Amino acid sequence: MMELYITELSKYLITLFIACYTLECFLVFRFQEEEKRKAGYFRQNIWMFLVHFSCFLVICFETGKIEYLLFYVLQQILLFSTVMLFRMIYPKGNLLIINNMCMLLSIGFVILTRLSYERAIKQFFIVTASIIIGMAVPFFIRNLKFLKSLTWVYAGIGIVALGVVLILGSVTYGSKISYSVAGITFQPSEFVKIVFVFFVASAFSETWDFLRVAVTAVLAGTHVLILVASKDLGSALIFFVVYVLMAFIATGRWIYLSLGVAGGAGAAIVAYRMFNHVQVRVQAWRDPFSCIDDAGFQITQSLFGISSGGWFGLGLFRGNPTSIPLVEADFVFSAVAEELGILFSMCMILICISSFIMCMNIALKLQDRFYRLIAFGLGVTYIFQVFLTIGGGTKFIPMTGVTLPFISYGGSSALTTLVMFFVIEGLYIIRRDEGDRRAKNKKRKNRKKRERRAGDEPQDGEDEEEA
Amino acid sequence: MGKTRKKRNRQIMTVTWFFVGLFFVMMGYTCHYAVTHRQTLMNNSYNTRQEILVAQNRRGTIYAAGGQILAETATDQEGEEVRVYPYANMFSHAVGYASNGRYGIEAQANYYLINSNTRLSEKVANDVAGEKYPGDSVITTLDVDLQQIAYDSLGIYSGAVIVSEPSTGRILAMVSKPDFDPNEIDAIWDGLITDKESSVLLNRVTQGLYPPGSTFKIVTALEYIKENPDSYSQYKFQCGGRFTHGEEKINCYHGTVHGSEDFSKAFAKSCNSAFASIGLSLDRDKFGDTLDELLFNQELKVDFAYNQSKLVIDADTSDADVMQAAIGQGTTQMTPLQLNMITCAIANGGTLMKPYLLERVETSERTVVKQFSPGSYKRLMSEEEAQIMTGLMEEVVKSGTGTKLSGLSYTAAGKTGSAEYNKVKTDSHAWFTGFAPVEEPQVCVTIIIEGAGSGGDYAVPIAKRILDACFEE
Repeated sequence: MMELYITELSKYLITLFIACYTLECFLVFRFQEEEKRKAGYFRQNIWMFLVHFSCFLVICFETGKIEYLLFYVLQQILLFSTVMLFRMIYPKGNLLIINNMCMLLSIGFVILTRLSYERAIKQFFIVTASIIIGMAVPFFIRNLKFLKSLTWVYAGIGIVALGVVLILGSVTYGSKISYSVAGITFQPSEFVKIVFVFFVASAFSETWDFLRVAVTAVLAGTHVLILVASKDLGSALIFFVVYVLMAFIATGRWIYLSLGVAGGAGAAIVAYRMFNHVQVRVQAWRDPFSCIDDAGFQITQSLFGISSGGWFGLGLFRGNPTSIPLVEADFVFSAVAEELGILFSMCMILICISSFIMCMNIALKLQDRFYRLIAFGLGVTYIFQVFLTIGGGTKFIPMTGVTLPFISYGGSSALTTLVMFFVIEGLYIIRRDEGDRRAKNKKRKNRKKRERRAGDEPQDGEDEEEA
Repeated sequence: MGKTRKKRNRQIMTVTWFFVGLFFVMMGYTCHYAVTHRQTLMNNSYNTRQEILVAQNRRGTIYAAGGQILAETATDQEGEEVRVYPYANMFSHAVGYASNGRYGIEAQANYYLINSNTRLSEKVANDVAGEKYPGDSVITTLDVDLQQIAYDSLGIYSGAVIVSEPSTGRILAMVSKPDFDPNEIDAIWDGLITDKESSVLLNRVTQGLYPPGSTFKIVTALEYIKENPDSYSQYKFQCGGRFTHGEEKINCYHGTVHGSEDFSKAFAKSCNSAFASIGLSLDRDKFGDTLDELLFNQELKVDFAYNQSKLVIDADTSDADVMQAAIGQGTTQMTPLQLNMITCAIANGGTLMKPYLLERVETSERTVVKQFSPGSYKRLMSEEEAQIMTGLMEEVVKSGTGTKLSGLSYTAAGKTGSAEYNKVKTDSHAWFTGFAPVEEPQVCVTIIIEGAGSGGDYAVPIAKRILDACFEE
């Protein structure tokens, strides 16, 4: 009888905790300096702990299994040490990005534990390994200056990696997206996302004339076409949108954006005419109930899940999310909405948006074109993927079959998104370095000015903005 | 340098706000869809979550407006749950059944019945006792006394009776025969579905499609008044018992010669010859528009299963078809519900109230979960037209085919019908639709008795018994 009170009460408490966390996500933007945000970040850690803890309390009561408790302790140690270690190694790092990453990871652990304990454990080890790798990333980003000049190497890596899958790839649900080496399955389109952003950023770091746009467009197009040929439409779409938006920001010319949009629309129509599986997906989106037995089955099951939870959810283990095929990968959002509630899932979306805004904020303030374009490109890659998976699961847009970063089950996806966020951390540190340098320059200049006393030299090359 | 940078930053901001905006639209859409579609999605047979609720909650009780139990779940000696219907056959179609699929209110209110909004302490008490939680109950608009009279009056005939409240849209009684005992549904199921002839499972009130016969003259008369608002009262016709136009011949009922008549008399006496000639004079496009206004050939905004009434008239309709349609014969198909809705609109000054069966949802401790309130469906005709129609229908009772309802302590208005449904001209369905009292209409009754004979002889007496129960001591 205790567990009924606990599940009922915890539904509201969990929603309250995540709402508080989400609020802090946006309140930190009040302050310009990271120092002043410290208190907010600390409160976030407490809310994060409470959400994670109460979810696992419910899981333990519902299942009555003690091993879940042990698993919880391991997760808690991982998340706690990630936050602590990062603070120690990178005192100049951004804590919102790290907090959001850990918050989303813990939601992922909770929902995966509920859906499939074995997979959750597997995911836990992959995430642990990825964080260890990721911790080194900001250091490399900050110190390896030659990264800027590897333009054609990035393009080569990307095209070869994707091409190999197309030729050797194993077929998953009608699309060739992965291959296995020594029992470990790789999904290169995930890793190539980062390489691709580096390619476009470095290509536009020095010149951005028409010739440069044309050459990069051809290479980017090659990526996209290989993905289309592999029937990985979701990834193809992400690469396409990321390229168009990066080219737009790099050149600053609306014409390239317009051309991109027009070309995309044209390509969409051609794809719709040419490929049967595109037509099937569009049909399943327009009226999933008319084909509920086959193409519409997944999406209708997903809608059943989302709508059955109500604002506060049915409670963990009280719903039936496993009736949705591929729930732990493409439809994890529906499982969250069903058992933890619509309000919770909306908070989760807002956390993703807050990470995106922070990323764009970093792009705005970076002086170096290369880094600025990477920050922008990775931010767009991340948010657009979130949009595709949630929009697809809620029938807002047709299904494309991509994963929800940090939450979905999948090693390649987890590693890629973690590295992505750590790259962004590296960029943030570079930005603060830039800020520090500028402050130093200013001081020196002011000193010179004072020495000359007259000081009538016009100096407007530098920007006034502060970090 | 500073300027380009500002411009570039503005572009990054544009992209940022674009995505933020896109996400807010998506979030709004998701919340809206999930909340507004919750019931329909839960009732979908592909949704396995129903089974969770069914396993967790005991199906709620269905009550009549007066508090009598119409359906409840009990536990038999073996500990099995059984659905019990105390009134057996009387509410078979209105309340329906909940196994072998669902039907009637059992289907319409399924979502409420399988959910439990009972207090948490009550749930805990049930957990301790090892029992299911009590599901929410549904209180209907159905009146047991009226249902009983309607049910008994129909006797052994097949047919349908609907009694409703024109000012609110409440359905007070809904009887369809042949009927069945929902308590025995599992045992008789196979027999019922293989017997295609009698269509026992069909709720004739909402799904039965009949030729409306002379009751359709309400529609024809309304159209004539609309087209001739100033001159309809000067209408004159000389009835010789038969009307011929080209090849098509229309006979009055049993060849009766009505002689010289005005519009009111033609309607009161239900003169087929006069109405066939009126039909020919009508503008066919406008006639078609009026049918749309009166909700023919379209989906109805009601929460229960129904069939669409069908009749299409446009410029291409032939003279013969229009003559037949004007007197309610030919291809016209109409449900008793549709006729009742039109009658209700006349009784309610032209405005139709949305017909409904569910009054409210309560928890097992009788706390209100959801209250349904009357709502306007649509205005079907102007107030003046409704008044004229009331006058015409009052004359039917005073001096026409419905005189069995005259001279009572209350006043009534209505229209009879004797719809021929096969080539052997002697067979006809007896119809009556009407309301009382005329001054301030409180109930609206529509009756059809299959193959009984004339409406005036067979349907009107049943209307009288129902109205007597409402207004006599």
